[in-house]
Amino acid sequence: MRSPIRRLLLVAALCLPLAARAQLTIEIVGGAGTAIPIAVVAFEGESGFPLGVSGIVAADLERSGLFRPVDASGVVPRPSRAEDVRVDVFRGRGADAVVVGSMQPIGEGRVDVRYALVDAVRGATLASTRYVVTPAQFRATAHKIADEIYEKLTGDVGVFSTRIAYIAKQGTRYQLIVADADGADPQTIVSTDEPLLSPRWSPDGTRLAYVSLEQRKPVVYVQNLANGARTPIAAFRGSNSSPAWSPDGRTVAVTLTRDGGSQLFLMNADGTGLRRIMTSPGADTEAWFMPDGRSLLFTSDRGGSPQIYRVGVDGGGVERLTFDGSYNVTPRALPDGKGMVFVRRDGNRFQVAIMDFATRQTQILTGGPLDESPSVAPNGKLILYANEANGRGILNAVSADGRVKQRIVAPAADVREPAWGPLPR
Amino acid sequence: MNRLIVAAAFVALLAGCQTQPTTQTAAPVEDRSAAGSTTPGGASTAGAGTGSVSGSQQGATRSGTTGNPLRDPASPLSKRVVFFDFDSFAVRDEFRPLIEAHGRYLAQNRNARMTIQGNTDERGSREYNIALGQKRADAVKRMMTLLGAQDGQIETVSFGKEKPKNAGHDEASWAENRRDDIVYAGE
Repeated sequence: MRSPIRRLLLVAALCLPLAARAQLTIEIVGGAGTAIPIAVVAFEGESGFPLGVSGIVAADLERSGLFRPVDASGVVPRPSRAEDVRVDVFRGRGADAVVVGSMQPIGEGRVDVRYALVDAVRGATLASTRYVVTPAQFRATAHKIADEIYEKLTGDVGVFSTRIAYIAKQGTRYQLIVADADGADPQTIVSTDEPLLSPRWSPDGTRLAYVSLEQRKPVVYVQNLANGARTPIAAFRGSNSSPAWSPDGRTVAVTLTRDGGSQLFLMNADGTGLRRIMTSPGADTEAWFMPDGRSLLFTSDRGGSPQIYRVGVDGGGVERLTFDGSYNVTPRALPDGKGMVFVRRDGNRFQVAIMDFATRQTQILTGGPLDESPSVAPNGKLILYANEANGRGILNAVSADGRVKQRIVAPAADVREPAWGPLPR
Repeated sequence: MNRLIVAAAFVALLAGCQTQPTTQTAAPVEDRSAAGSTTPGGASTAGAGTGSVSGSQQGATRSGTTGNPLRDPASPLSKRVVFFDFDSFAVRDEFRPLIEAHGRYLAQNRNARMTIQGNTDERGSREYNIALGQKRADAVKRMMTLLGAQDGQIETVSFGKEKPKNAGHDEASWAENRRDDIVYAGE
């Protein structure tokens, strides 16, 4: 199963040539065994606008790997409201669910966008919503509709309205880019000739922390996405790296070497109030807050090889979590706090794995050999990670059960260090 | 890369270090606006809704130094790279003379300042590799301080796997990338 979804470059992207060339294209390379067949009918009135909504909804759903598109063309008369849907017609095409809708101009540049989700098996209307928006909001509206459909049919929160951040390298230029979760509308947030890494979203989605080597050493910055203003929150003697936000957005954990060795510290998000978490006999780094904010996961070589541990924010209760293998790194807590995603090395193969804390069972999700930097979607269902294909850095996504797989490439850039942003508030 | 830019950045860093606050105070904010538009590194930033502005960078200029033992190809001080084995920060015996020469130089030249930049090969976690590169830089610094160099003369930093010397993907390339680079202030 291989169905590339080609995305049009937006007019906005033409104004951002660097970011545009680093725009992502997403291909589904493996789907769930039980994808829901869904027919998304072109919305009535849609052809009167340069950007339709139904196509984006269908693409979102298909890309999740949990839905299989069913051809909805040629149904006469074409339904646009729930009551017009003849479920037998769509059942005949194999659809379990049908999406219909309309787009009507209502003056002053505003458009009335309506959609309905119909259960074709039982004939019930599962959702019916109206939005009054401007054409500039069509894309966001489509993602919102896809989120609602996803939640109605899977029971999980949709993440189509979220954003992602990633690093693109083109020639000698490094860019930190923020884009919609489907790769659309890429915007360059930082551009420099020195490496950038470790982008991390603040929990409210308004700021990004990241590490830049532009001062000839790793320095941690926090940058406001609304105005581009940035603060070097950790620029101490030695190396400053691996930022992680607390769930309340007030505290950032960092790895500093200012007092000797790589050690974990906490600081306020403006760089004040520095305090060391503990004194480690080894190198500690890659701190990641648990969702309750009370403890952190981190990587340490204190036991002789890099392994994942947990520690209370007060430095107490250190507990080792990984024992299998000689290299377990990059812990990322799941949003429900019941497990984590991490990277393990098996021989020369680096793979993304997921651990359930209750059972300590580990499942390997990816094939390697150079998988790194996993980032979990805010619904916990999909994991972005980086690796290489044909000598170029690409991003990938895998579902938390390992079944859905996507490959995400940029046409003219090395892309790496994905970071999935929070749910919109 | 342009060593002059390295030097300019390094001088700026040292200046920043002298006013380094201690725990419980704000992290130092280096005001780079005073340097005009030719700041080392040349990053340009933008908000998510404002599009991007591409920055350009220019090298600073500086008069050269002659007769400097650090530049004399016959001196071990002109050698600036220490290589490491896979997953290791142990200093190999072959690099001891080089490190000892630099350690003695620092002990004899109290105004000399250097940065040791640790690096790793491309395998593994970017952030853990920063910690590993730091161990490599710290290992060489430790040897130099045992020979009389002062702690304040040497800053150790790590680039992790971000700045490979060889872009290849084989053991020969990786061996070139597992290294410390020694850079003196003012160079």
